[in-house]
Amino acid sequence: MASVVSIKNLTKTYGNGFQALKGVDLEIEEGEILALLGPNGAGKTTLISIVCGLVNPSSGTALVGGHDVVRDFRRTRAMIGLVPQELTTDMFETVWNTVSFSRGVHGKKPNPALIEQILKDLSLWSKKDNMLRELSGGMKRRVLIAKALAHEPQILFLDEPTAGVDVNLRREMWQVVEKLRANGVTIILTTHYIEEAEEIADRVGVINGGKLLLVEEKTALMHKLGRKQLRLELVEPLRAVPSSLALHNLTLSEDGTALIHEYQGDEGQGTIASLLSTLAAEDIHFRDLSTRQSSLEDIFVALVGEKAGEKA
Amino acid sequence: MNFEAIKSIYVFEMARMQRTLLQSVISPVITTSLYFIVFGTAIGSRIQTVEGVSYGSFITPGLIMLTLLTQCIANGSIGIYFPKFTGTIYEILSAPVAMTEILVGYVGAAASKGLIIGLIILATASFFVDISIAHPFMMVVFLVLTAVSFSLFGFIIGIWAKNFEQLNIVPMLVVPPLTFLGGSFYSIDMLPPFWQAVSHLNPVLYLVSGFRWSFYEIADVNPAISLAMVGLFLVICLSVVGWMFRTGYRLRN
Repeated sequence: MASVVSIKNLTKTYGNGFQALKGVDLEIEEGEILALLGPNGAGKTTLISIVCGLVNPSSGTALVGGHDVVRDFRRTRAMIGLVPQELTTDMFETVWNTVSFSRGVHGKKPNPALIEQILKDLSLWSKKDNMLRELSGGMKRRVLIAKALAHEPQILFLDEPTAGVDVNLRREMWQVVEKLRANGVTIILTTHYIEEAEEIADRVGVINGGKLLLVEEKTALMHKLGRKQLRLELVEPLRAVPSSLALHNLTLSEDGTALIHEYQGDEGQGTIASLLSTLAAEDIHFRDLSTRQSSLEDIFVALVGEKAGEKA
Repeated sequence: MNFEAIKSIYVFEMARMQRTLLQSVISPVITTSLYFIVFGTAIGSRIQTVEGVSYGSFITPGLIMLTLLTQCIANGSIGIYFPKFTGTIYEILSAPVAMTEILVGYVGAAASKGLIIGLIILATASFFVDISIAHPFMMVVFLVLTAVSFSLFGFIIGIWAKNFEQLNIVPMLVVPPLTFLGGSFYSIDMLPPFWQAVSHLNPVLYLVSGFRWSFYEIADVNPAISLAMVGLFLVICLSVVGWMFRTGYRLRN
């Protein structure tokens, strides 16, 4: 698939000397959902802001649809919709006016039927004549999404879309995202919530300290970096791991009632079978077994922690 | 040119005026009527005429200028400051609009509002005093040039201001003294020579004088100089805005 966003060696140093981006390369494919994970101050918002034209890059290039975001800003910005992190709304405007304004300011002719459809999809239709200050936080978030969709963008940036959003709205939002993806819209979201990335993203990028640590397909990432754990609850407690099992990377739980086997996601098949047959041969019986796969969160913490450790 | 965007910003800004009709139209009209009652009627009944024109008629151009300046600066600055303050500016900055188009939308709307209010005050004045306009074309030129330059000046203040206090400091503290001392209510011929010289340093003097000339053909300074001064002010404001846009001053950095 073709890259719809192509970022090369992008850096940004703010006026106060803070280096928010230290040379980021990133290719975003058309039609995918990419989640950018990273702690606060990692550079996620700066990266998005440069692509959307809110911040001028210090060096490097960002291309959207093959056009430079600085030189060819009319083309690139027309393709992009942005839902900002902060709930920023014109409090004295009505929902209808503010969403219509968004379409106009992107240079598109008015299209009331489309605006109506967007408002209905986001359950905002009944609020269309309300002033924004009368809306709840969740409703304002929907308005920001509606504004970002009003000019029919091909690429949608969602900067922390679900911060402070309740479960219902989150589910509705993901429905909207799914629908957009079905229509071929590329979606880039930043988030703190790893389960969110795990749930909807095709690929995951991890950013920290102004650098992109990795970009991987989500399943591949989980597979590659995900640690698995097999836990065997024993019938008879053991005092130590028997020497015959030493090769199997086993640890004994503190009270001696469980054996724990840790392994990487892709090395499980052969070793578990041989472990179980050795156990049977040693006459060690277990009454229960469970496996646990580390989540994206564990991977993320390990990755960010590792890099932080390197620096120190 | 992204005409849809200019139109959207312009319409959006003009809608704000409709929403705040009381504050943006009715209050300047009331204020000006009070000036007419206090200065025109109470004081004017003792002054009779200034340079052959009745006092009430004499102060009308100055009063229109006073309101025009204040309104254009206020509208021009709040129009861009408010989105900056609430954060909604992200949308305009991430839209496919050039800074010049943003400028035309905001300054155009601010100047239009100022002009509408100026004309309403002119109409109000005609209820109180006799108005004659000797050079209608030049009157419109002065009015439009002043409205555009001071809306632009307001726009600069709006980008520069970091809080509401800074936003208000120029319209509240700088413009009224300049207007009052700029010959709105008197001819500077009435002043002692020293203060006449000082008055010539006041840019508002040139505006009021030129504008009054277009009504009654009486002026404190040559109307050509007045026109040149307004033009100069416009050029200065355009250069400052140009610099702001090139550097992304307080908008994109």
